[in-house]
Amino acid sequence: NEKQYVGFATLPNQVHRKSVKKGFDFTLMVAGESGMGKSTLVNSLFLTDLYKDRKLLNAEERINQTVEIIKHTVDIEEKGVKLKLTIVDTPGFGDAVNNNECWKPITDYIDQQFEQYFRDESGLNRKNIQDNRVHCCLYFIPPFGHGLRPVDVEFMKALHEKVNIIPLIAKADCLTPNEIKKLKDRIREEIDKFGIKVYQFPECDSDEDEEFKQLDKELKECTPFAVIGSNTVVEARGQRVRGRLYPWGIVEVENQSHCDFVKLRNMLIRSHMHDLKDVTCDVHYENYRAQCIQEMTSKLAQDNRMESPIPILPLSTPDVDTEKLIKMKDEELKRMQEMLNKMQQQMHEKDQ
Amino acid sequence: TCSQTFDFFSLRNLSLGGHVGFDSLPDQLVSKSVTQGFCFNILCVGETGIGKSTLMNTLFNTMFENEEASHYQNGVYLRPRTYDLQESNVHLKLTIVDTVGFGDQINKEDSYKPIVDYIDTQFENYLQEELKIKRSLFNYHDTRIHICLYFIAPTGHSLKSLDLVTMKKLDSKVNIIPIIAKADTISKSELHKFKIKIMSELVSNGVQIYQFPTDDEAVSEINASMNAHLPFAVVGSVEEVKVGNKTVRARQYPWGVVQVENESHCDFVKLREMLIRVNMEDLREQTHARHYELYRRCKLEEMGFKDTDPDSQPFSLQETYEAKRKEFLGDLQRKEEEMRQMFVNKVKETEAELKEKERELHDKFEQLKRMHQEEKRKVEEKRRDLEEEMNAFNRKKVAAETLSLSQPLKKDKDKKK
Repeated sequence: NEKQYVGFATLPNQVHRKSVKKGFDFTLMVAGESGMGKSTLVNSLFLTDLYKDRKLLNAEERINQTVEIIKHTVDIEEKGVKLKLTIVDTPGFGDAVNNNECWKPITDYIDQQFEQYFRDESGLNRKNIQDNRVHCCLYFIPPFGHGLRPVDVEFMKALHEKVNIIPLIAKADCLTPNEIKKLKDRIREEIDKFGIKVYQFPECDSDEDEEFKQLDKELKECTPFAVIGSNTVVEARGQRVRGRLYPWGIVEVENQSHCDFVKLRNMLIRSHMHDLKDVTCDVHYENYRAQCIQEMTSKLAQDNRMESPIPILPLSTPDVDTEKLIKMKDEELKRMQEMLNKMQQQMHEKDQ
Repeated sequence: TCSQTFDFFSLRNLSLGGHVGFDSLPDQLVSKSVTQGFCFNILCVGETGIGKSTLMNTLFNTMFENEEASHYQNGVYLRPRTYDLQESNVHLKLTIVDTVGFGDQINKEDSYKPIVDYIDTQFENYLQEELKIKRSLFNYHDTRIHICLYFIAPTGHSLKSLDLVTMKKLDSKVNIIPIIAKADTISKSELHKFKIKIMSELVSNGVQIYQFPTDDEAVSEINASMNAHLPFAVVGSVEEVKVGNKTVRARQYPWGVVQVENESHCDFVKLREMLIRVNMEDLREQTHARHYELYRRCKLEEMGFKDTDPDSQPFSLQETYEAKRKEFLGDLQRKEEEMRQMFVNKVKETEAELKEKERELHDKFEQLKRMHQEEKRKVEEKRRDLEEEMNAFNRKKVAAETLSLSQPLKKDKDKKK
């Protein structure tokens, strides 16, 4: 019998077509002290100038500066694919003299977006939900120190369960290749030591080809990426490239022996953008939602209300009292069983 | 005391008939100071990892011992290290003071305090030595800070808020030279803007940094031009790289080699020139004549010393000292009196308390005695009652016995019926 071609092999194409029509969205947060090159890197990544008329504060104004959250949203298109890109800036982070809890406005912002999505998702009309959740946070670590500083550790620990954190070594053109390696090792060590959960690249499928697996391995061993950005184009080796011109040479942003910019761009935009969104939805958001619901239901139990304001399934887990009862009964049964065994044994001995 | 005042306007300029020889005075001075040896104290203020130790190693061409500092200090502390260096026949006792932990804490409001305290302590020690009756200043190891190198991070934007706050606290106590550290991360055009921004922030906030002196014609030109290059953008390195047919101290990158002593790469040479080769002596002088004098005056004013009394007549230190001493002794006596009085009062109080307790005890004793007597009496009464009862019972018993003896048969008769 001839095997008839059914045709569902075209599904991937259908998915592709529909997604191009729908368009994509992505929210990227950048965080780090002033002067780490965050804006320059964002411009370099997306080959555009998002920060045209930016006003920077001077030192005196920064002494008591509070952290602000500023969003820039742009629509960009490439080969028919539309992307609504939102960059969330956090000016003021770490710039004041007293930076106690300076990450709080940031964690609050992330939570607010989760809360907004949660409400929208639970509403009756869900046709046009806007997803403003933060999919990725690039954290810029200064290259001048010996590793992570207390503020870096505290920031990442406050955010690692709310957003995908990708730590970067900023302004890497201040480090020789040896120094970069040393600093990367140190930072990886400290991330482990302090229990910080940064974004993990997913494992390759076992049926991927060797070249891909090798690239993937190199990528993972290269973190945290040491990056350089540039707003200017220079002439290097007969070509016009994005770079930085020094008296002693030209740093090319896209030269992989100069820095990890290309690795970051490929990872962030070309291969893992969707995974970052998935992890945000499936892990960080779900954690938030579950926690939110738990808090809500415990509050309801306290207030003795029966209906909840959002549609959720009733708790199928037994409450504390029933559990206690069950436990007691279990123990009683156990005791009785033991007694029975003892009696049986005695009888047995008597018979002998 | 008889004091002679010179009227400078009446000094006459005499011309000499031949070579007298006092033109050797500077040489004599030099010879003396070379024999004595020089001492120089540098304070390096900057965040951990910014390159303080490397720059010191580069400046003095020596590997001073240094362990890498951690980012997790609870606060800032100062670490002075003294080294004996020699170049030609000149001995230099160099002290390098490091600010460990600076810039690492999340709350940096108190970061400047240990630095200010350290500087003041060195001034205080010198002042104490100066005020001694038997003093040996020529022998004294002067630990006062002659220069503070403030390391600015190369962000390219402006000073950090911590930098501004700290420099403001230090500028009246020490000569400050601000430097841009790790300057090989800033391009030429960015550097130009950065320097201008920094200097304008310092000026608009009234921070006084050290100006290379322009009053001495021999060095005024070079100093004036150097002043215009502040803050110096420096790169430090102890590693050597082959460039052409020379070996130079440099940092090797994939895109090029940054040479420390190349003036078109960074301002290291300028810093070395200014700090060590031209103005070292001026820095020492300014520290002593300006910063130390300010400290001393403030301190003495605090203690109550004045240069002139209420009638604007000059005080002698001797008189002031005597007056202070009397005051102090008077204070001491008063305190003693107070303490004695307090002691006497306490004794009286305790005595009274003891007496009261004694009386209470006595009263209690009396009361107990009375109770005891009362009890005894009651018991006596009871005993008598009991005795009475016993006697009464015995009498009844005897009566009953005699009665039963006189009528023995009646009972039997009753029985037979």
